Amino acid sequence: MNLSRRLLIGIPYLWLLVLFLIPFLIVLKISLSDYDISIPPYSPKFDLSAGWEGIKDYLGSLDFENYAFLADDPLYYTAYLSSLKIAAISTFLTLLVGFPIAYGMASAPEEWRPSLMMLVILPFWTSFLIRVYAWMGILSNEGLLNQFLIWTGLISDPLVILNTITAVYIGIVYTYLPFMILPIYATLEKLDGSLLEAAEDLGCTRISAFWLVTLPLAKPGIIAGCFLVFIPALGEFVIPSLLGGSDTLMIGKVLWEEFFSNRDWTVASAVAIILLLILVVPIILFQRNEQKQREAAK
Amino acid sequence: MRRFTWFNTISLTLGFAFLYIPILILVIYSFNASKLVTVWAGFSTQWYGELLRNEAFLDAAWVTLKVAVISSTIATVLGTMAAFVLVRSGRFFGRTLFSGMIYAPLVMPEVITGLSLLLLFIAIGLERGVFTIVLAHATFSMCYVSVVVSSRMASFDESLEEAAYDLGCTGWDAFKSVTLPIIAPAVISGWLLAFTLSLDDLVIASFTSGPSSTTLPIKIYSSVRLGVSPEINALSTIIIGLVTVGVLVASVTSKRAIALQRQQERNAGS
Amino acid sequence: MNATAAPAVFAPWTEPDAVPLIHLNGVTKEFGSFTAIDNIELEIFPREFFALLGPSGCGKTTIMRMLAGFEDPTRGTITIDGKNMAGVPANKRAVNMMFQSYALFPHLTVADNLAFGLKRSPMPKSEIKGRVDEMLRLVQLTKFASRKPHQLSGGQRQRVALARALAKAPKLLLLDEPLGALDKKLRQETQFELMDIQEKTGTTFVIVTHDQEEAMTVASRIAVMDEGRLKQVATPDRIYESPNSVYVADFIGDVNIIEGSVSLVDGEKAELQWAEGARPIRAMSGQGISPSDRAAFVVRPEKVAIATTEPSDMHNRVQGTVEDIAYLGNMSTYHVRLADGTLVKAQAANNRRISRRGITWYDTVWLSWTDTAGLILSN
Repeated sequence: MNLSRRLLIGIPYLWLLVLFLIPFLIVLKISLSDYDISIPPYSPKFDLSAGWEGIKDYLGSLDFENYAFLADDPLYYTAYLSSLKIAAISTFLTLLVGFPIAYGMASAPEEWRPSLMMLVILPFWTSFLIRVYAWMGILSNEGLLNQFLIWTGLISDPLVILNTITAVYIGIVYTYLPFMILPIYATLEKLDGSLLEAAEDLGCTRISAFWLVTLPLAKPGIIAGCFLVFIPALGEFVIPSLLGGSDTLMIGKVLWEEFFSNRDWTVASAVAIILLLILVVPIILFQRNEQKQREAAK
Repeated sequence: MRRFTWFNTISLTLGFAFLYIPILILVIYSFNASKLVTVWAGFSTQWYGELLRNEAFLDAAWVTLKVAVISSTIATVLGTMAAFVLVRSGRFFGRTLFSGMIYAPLVMPEVITGLSLLLLFIAIGLERGVFTIVLAHATFSMCYVSVVVSSRMASFDESLEEAAYDLGCTGWDAFKSVTLPIIAPAVISGWLLAFTLSLDDLVIASFTSGPSSTTLPIKIYSSVRLGVSPEINALSTIIIGLVTVGVLVASVTSKRAIALQRQQERNAGS
Repeated sequence: MNATAAPAVFAPWTEPDAVPLIHLNGVTKEFGSFTAIDNIELEIFPREFFALLGPSGCGKTTIMRMLAGFEDPTRGTITIDGKNMAGVPANKRAVNMMFQSYALFPHLTVADNLAFGLKRSPMPKSEIKGRVDEMLRLVQLTKFASRKPHQLSGGQRQRVALARALAKAPKLLLLDEPLGALDKKLRQETQFELMDIQEKTGTTFVIVTHDQEEAMTVASRIAVMDEGRLKQVATPDRIYESPNSVYVADFIGDVNIIEGSVSLVDGEKAELQWAEGARPIRAMSGQGISPSDRAAFVVRPEKVAIATTEPSDMHNRVQGTVEDIAYLGNMSTYHVRLADGTLVKAQAANNRRISRRGITWYDTVWLSWTDTAGLILSN
């Protein structure tokens, strides 16, 4: 192997080792350490000067205490369960909102499609934080939504939406909508229109043709879209923190608070490791789906 | 081919209304004279004036811009190298680990990325500031860049590089005068993606920034947590305006380029 | 082609003291456990137009890539112009290549594509423009100098690729399926253009192709390849008239193959017993056959005569039934089924109008050929 090839592989490799893999190993290690009132706030601390014996002692004093703590304290496992529930429900809601839009885009005349696509992507380029913030003014008790509903006479007292789980659902659906629309649109757009004509020719109604032809063929896009929403939603921090209430438990928020407010690094690290373990399942499923699509495309 | 029905019209109208009305309201209320964001009290640009006098916001904006430019440039160089390794290097020791490290940050929750980098910086005694945010942003955005560039690389005709060698190029010369100009559009979109990711990032920056280096998203977040403020609306409007103009200009220029190319291709036949 | 009859004929391979430009000496190339090239021995002479012909995967492209310097032989040596090429990278060889995909740089104009190699050669800057103009004239693209490749038609791109590869005046030009992307009519025109340019520039051309017609048209010699081995290296007429194996006979053009066992070998003559009770076929003897070997008689359809009456003066004559007639305009091919089930094709020129032609479907006919028309080759 010549020098330039070594450098080409070595530089990005080293960068990722130092700034991705090692930090992750540090998290793993701290999750096995004990909380300690010191700086940094955990023990044991790694000390090479103690030599081989020191390393043995060090390894010996690592344990799964923090994980046991996570299992004992209902705060954590309810937070994991409620994150899973919120991510799943909001993924389903995003699908309900996103599919008709993607379907409409794919049915639109061809010359409109690039512009429609642009309209879906444009909000994605603007700040995530700003898009979440936009809903704070709309959903608050004196917000525009309540003003509008009271004005129409539908309700007489303002609805409490902001700082509830409903606001979190709205926030996730709103910010992750492009992730759902784009893969579904991509599969629907490729769908050959003559397939539907063939189905109708063979006796389907338009609605049964949709159920029997369009939907099954759009399945890979639907699955991809669902994972693209579910995976980031599971670890979401900004949305529950700005739109959710104090009772909205999401694991990203718990981790943040454990670290910044309680300064308990060891528990925060254990929370992170468990979150990753939970994420491994959908990530592998997602990769399988992508792999299948790639093979089908060949 | 497919019929465009009333159902399609309604779902597109409602869908785009859902996507754009919140942003529109945000923009409208940035011109509200009242401090109360929910009550319209006449047109005014006073919040823009206040924003421009707010040193803290201006400082944060400057830090953010600096971080974004530097980190996206580093990310583009590293990400392009990584894309070459992924597409071209074949088998080498630790390849699986390498591609794992490229794809993992794409699905890693930001809180974990932020936490792990912070723990690293503390472990090696690196003082947190602009430098650490740049390191953090360059690391996760290089993965996005490498995905964008490697998808272009995968369709790159390698005989172009062989032709360059055949005509006397050395390896670096072939890269510089043939490969790079051809993949440039992908490299540029990778840079833009890295740039916006960095501009937008709150969580990782919160973990890796020091007290002296607040970025704009951190600033916005800490003021937004206390509630809605017209100044933030004004700031958001400016950001939305810049992004919209940027994206539209980029898409119009690329569309023009494609149209021009098509026309030239048509002429070529004659 | 007969070298003694016409002294001006170009045939350095027949001259014992001619010095080859390229010498492949026991070259083997392995990719893992797969042997792409198997111990090849080959000499190519200056100013030759040499064709490597074979089905895809036969190793012809690998030979070309080793000549260009993109692959190194696993064993054996490649010598170009007397120099061993081991360890000489592609950018240091006086060899240029025209790629199958043309590999024109999409971001450069036609003129810049042509100048690309010159800028990386010792040629002074002031002379480059003159050389580019000269190349543009050679391929008649002067008007298109400032166009980008995507603004050109397929034929124009092909000519830019050729000019770019020739610009540095290489000792050897490699052409990888150079006409594969063109439609049939344009391909035939371009073949003559290629030969013209080769003659004008005096460059040695090595062309890789799977199209036997193309190889026959352009090449001074053809190497027929199969599974990493050279089956036969000879001039187009010898490849066609005296193939050294059934494989080569079958690969080049249309051929009738009748299997049987050798009943007699007498110098250049031989006889093949092919069916129970039938008269043995008399033909020219191929290399290395001896009596009672399994062998095959091969004969081109145009050398088989077809008649309604028995040609009793011919030794080789068989009776059969017309099963199919393929009318090709200038000639017709008759598919005749013999009594033992063998199908033999005979071709006859349509020098009469079709209405007056005497043979039609299900007619019983006689096929015949001379004793020198076909070959008996070992199987």
